[in-house]
Amino acid sequence: MLLSLILLPFIGSLLPLLAAHKGRTVCSWLTAAPPACALLLLLSTAPAVFQGELLTIRWDWIPALGLNIGFRLDGLAFLFALLILAIGLLVILYGHYYLSAKDSHGRFFSLLLLFMGAMMGVVTADNLLLMVVFWELTSLSSFLLIGFWGHRRDARRGARMALTVTGGGGLALLAGVMVIGHIVGSFELSDVLAAGDILREHHLYPVALVLVLLGVFTKSAQFPFHFWLPHAMSAPTPVSAYLHSATMVKAGVFLLARLYPALSGTELWFIMLSLVGLSTMTLGAVVALFKHDLKGLLAYSTISHLGLIVLLFGLDTQLAVVAALFHTVNHATFKASLFMSAGIVDHETGSRDIRLLSGLRHYMPITAALGLIAAAAMAGVPLMNGFLSTEMFLGEAIEQRVLGGWSWLIPAVAVFAKVFSVAYALRFIHSVFFGPKPGPLPKQPHEPPFFMRAPIVILVVLCLAVGMLPALIVGPLLSVAAASTTQTILPQYTLEIWHGFNLPLALSVLAMVLGVFLYSQRHRLFNLWNRLPPLSAPDVFEFILHSILVQGSRRITKLLESGHPQNYLLILFLFTIALAGAALLQLPSLHGGVSMTAIDFPSLAIAMTMIVAALGTAILHRNRLTALLFLSVVGLGVALVFARFSAPDLVLTQLSVEVVSIILLMLILFLLPRQNQRDSSVQRLWRDAVVAGVGGLSLGILTFAILTRPLDSISKFFLAESVSGGGGTNVVNVVLVDFRGFDTFGEITVLAIAAIGIFGLLDGMRLFNPRHLGHHYAKDRHPMLLSVLNMPLLPLALMVSLYIFMRGHNLPGGGFIAGLITAIALILQYLTNGLNWTNERLNDNFHPLVASGVMIAGLTAMGSWFFGMPLLTTAHTHVHLPVLGEIPLATAMVFDLGVYLTVVGATLVILENLGKLKPFTSQPTTEP
Amino acid sequence: MELLYATVVAILAGSGLYLILRARSFPVVMGLLMFSYAVNLFLVAMGRLHTGKPAIIAEGAQYTDPLPQALVLTAIVIGFAMISFITVLALRARSELGNDHVDARSDEDQQP
Repeated sequence: MLLSLILLPFIGSLLPLLAAHKGRTVCSWLTAAPPACALLLLLSTAPAVFQGELLTIRWDWIPALGLNIGFRLDGLAFLFALLILAIGLLVILYGHYYLSAKDSHGRFFSLLLLFMGAMMGVVTADNLLLMVVFWELTSLSSFLLIGFWGHRRDARRGARMALTVTGGGGLALLAGVMVIGHIVGSFELSDVLAAGDILREHHLYPVALVLVLLGVFTKSAQFPFHFWLPHAMSAPTPVSAYLHSATMVKAGVFLLARLYPALSGTELWFIMLSLVGLSTMTLGAVVALFKHDLKGLLAYSTISHLGLIVLLFGLDTQLAVVAALFHTVNHATFKASLFMSAGIVDHETGSRDIRLLSGLRHYMPITAALGLIAAAAMAGVPLMNGFLSTEMFLGEAIEQRVLGGWSWLIPAVAVFAKVFSVAYALRFIHSVFFGPKPGPLPKQPHEPPFFMRAPIVILVVLCLAVGMLPALIVGPLLSVAAASTTQTILPQYTLEIWHGFNLPLALSVLAMVLGVFLYSQRHRLFNLWNRLPPLSAPDVFEFILHSILVQGSRRITKLLESGHPQNYLLILFLFTIALAGAALLQLPSLHGGVSMTAIDFPSLAIAMTMIVAALGTAILHRNRLTALLFLSVVGLGVALVFARFSAPDLVLTQLSVEVVSIILLMLILFLLPRQNQRDSSVQRLWRDAVVAGVGGLSLGILTFAILTRPLDSISKFFLAESVSGGGGTNVVNVVLVDFRGFDTFGEITVLAIAAIGIFGLLDGMRLFNPRHLGHHYAKDRHPMLLSVLNMPLLPLALMVSLYIFMRGHNLPGGGFIAGLITAIALILQYLTNGLNWTNERLNDNFHPLVASGVMIAGLTAMGSWFFGMPLLTTAHTHVHLPVLGEIPLATAMVFDLGVYLTVVGATLVILENLGKLKPFTSQPTTEP
Repeated sequence: MELLYATVVAILAGSGLYLILRARSFPVVMGLLMFSYAVNLFLVAMGRLHTGKPAIIAEGAQYTDPLPQALVLTAIVIGFAMISFITVLALRARSELGNDHVDARSDEDQQP
């Protein structure tokens, strides 16, 4: 049941989208259904929750990370869930009338329900990490809602700002939660709440607290992160009423309450919360008076009230917590109704500017009356709910002694803020609804439809009911919520409208009188305010974003990303050399103790040839053909080295790959300039030579260090299991097709992808005409001698490759090598007889070959599944055939066949397509 | 022998690196090929240097380490795929831009 409570809004968020084309009414009804069901579900849990039961459900998600899916419903979660669902329903009703026909109802309601689900997740999550996930989801969905009118610049800016601030705070919160998890050893809320003492005594406590509070302050728009909230007012009014008064900004408050037992009770907690709360409360109240935009006024008022709630948590007494929760509920009710009233004014008159509006009570008396009551509640007038919680607040503010000799400062500032709050509440009512009839307005004002006003009526009735019968209406809810917040038994307190004549009451009355006086002097104040330099938060914000972040990162990017790959490579090389060099410096001695073997003359000769050829390639690289020939000498040398050191499979592979590579490079060279001009300065050449030298030297030293150290390899397993497990005596081949067959499968896939990529690159390419490059070619393009010799060579080569393939499992050979030999034999046909001649005799489409190769290998690998074995399990047997003798058969050979086909296909796709390229003759070349 | 082997690896790697740092595509391709030779030799050396002990199971034989060989065999083929792709990329760049400089700017852009 708990799960469906949370899932209902999420599932519900699909409904409006599906129903969007059925018309607005159907869409709104369908939107309202899931939250209504969820609300009923929630109320059905009320008896249990009010008994003090803790309802939980839990599944493991990623236990290794301490991340579980778990939800809990206690008094605190119940209180917030009630706010979210109930006000959400009212907002849906209101939104149905508020949105114009042009707006997409489906999208709006879908986002609203998504947000609702995210909020439900935040308040019911039983795992801190899970809570952070939902927390970020509220930031994201509120971004989409604020930017709902994406065609408006202010909406886009406001949304961006809100996301940056709250999303950034969310990251801080994540970090804070990680620290808490590190200290406690668990992310489960029950563990964390029980570990308050461990947390507070840990040396990382300040870090955790500051990070968590960053999340709280950004989300709840506390100074100095408050600036995003007024600009989030560019959202449609239902969004403002819901997100930015009743729910999302309360997520921060919720988190304070949730983690209260774990984090509160320290000097740091008190100082941070009370200072931030106090300054936010004052700043919000003062600025609100000077806002000419109705919603702007309400936004700053919200900031001020959130500051008050945060301050209450900072006062850190149990009664202050009760007062904070009480005020949270009260603020949600009166502020949501005020936003809706402001929205009605905007909707029916076309303006939200207080300076233009006046005397609207003549046109919309009922709305005026409702607004009046809600504003009175906001100002803390007796008989309203706002009065009770502000009285409690003033009482707590007077009682506290935390600032020592400066303790009087808190009630004094509280009264100062309250004076302004009375004044702006007056302004909201008096300037808009009273006074003379307004001048020309964009629309002729009139009362809104009854049901658009209905949510306000409900909320205002609640304000009054709570204000008059507090103990009856919210008493039990508040006590169960407060008890689950503090996790202790609460002291006695009474919710009554009349506490007798006492200091809080006197202060309240004083604030009222001063507030009225302040409002009467408002025009002078506005004059003073106008003399202040104008400061636009979005401009400042965007300026900081652009000048520091964007420009700064652009500069860093430019520094690193110069557009010259040579520089990138140089940086990479230097970095790698530094890393390897640092590791090499740690070695106690270069020589690892294993004695060296003697040098024989053939080896020395091979080595010298390779060294000369390698240096020759590097030095003569501008003369490309010569350099290429030198390079091929090195490649052949490598094959000889493999032969010298017991690697017969590598010899065969290296030889055949070498042939194909050099043919490929020759083909390319035919189409590229034959020579380099000198590009680099002498200094650069020397610099590169030094870097390359040091790099080569490092690799050489590393090689030497490894070669002189004893070997401890995992290969004993392969050697021991090769025959019994893989059915072959050539261990290298068995490793390839059996033990590490998955690597090989990945590898032939890479080969196939490369072939297809090359095919794509060559498609439609325009070439420079190589004939214009001033080189002489042999006149005899296909020498007779070669083609005659080649005729019998093809079947022979194919025979050889079959032989190499068949014996591969037991003797050097296998699919790779056989494939390359076949490919070379076919390429030789192309070379000697020309493309056209060969293609007449050979199907020139090699793509199916590549595909079938990869598929055969893949299917063979998966075949083992049919026998209930893991991927790539092989079976093998020996078959005795006449003439051929005993033939070992293993399913690995089918896999090898796939390898063979892929190699043949890919090689031929690459080379044949290169050979096919027709020089583009009609275009005059630009190269000299 | 070990010292000689290491020297060859060093020279091959150094020449390869030097070529990779050049400004035109063809030398870079040659450098990559050269460097992959060096790396393959280096990898084979992980199994140490043995003469006449191929990893082919036989009665009473001694074996070199087959694992680095299998890995290098894979590396050679993958290296071939990479080299072919890069060469063709270089060719395409030349055809699009009119020059074979690695900065990949067309001839007009390169005029100072």
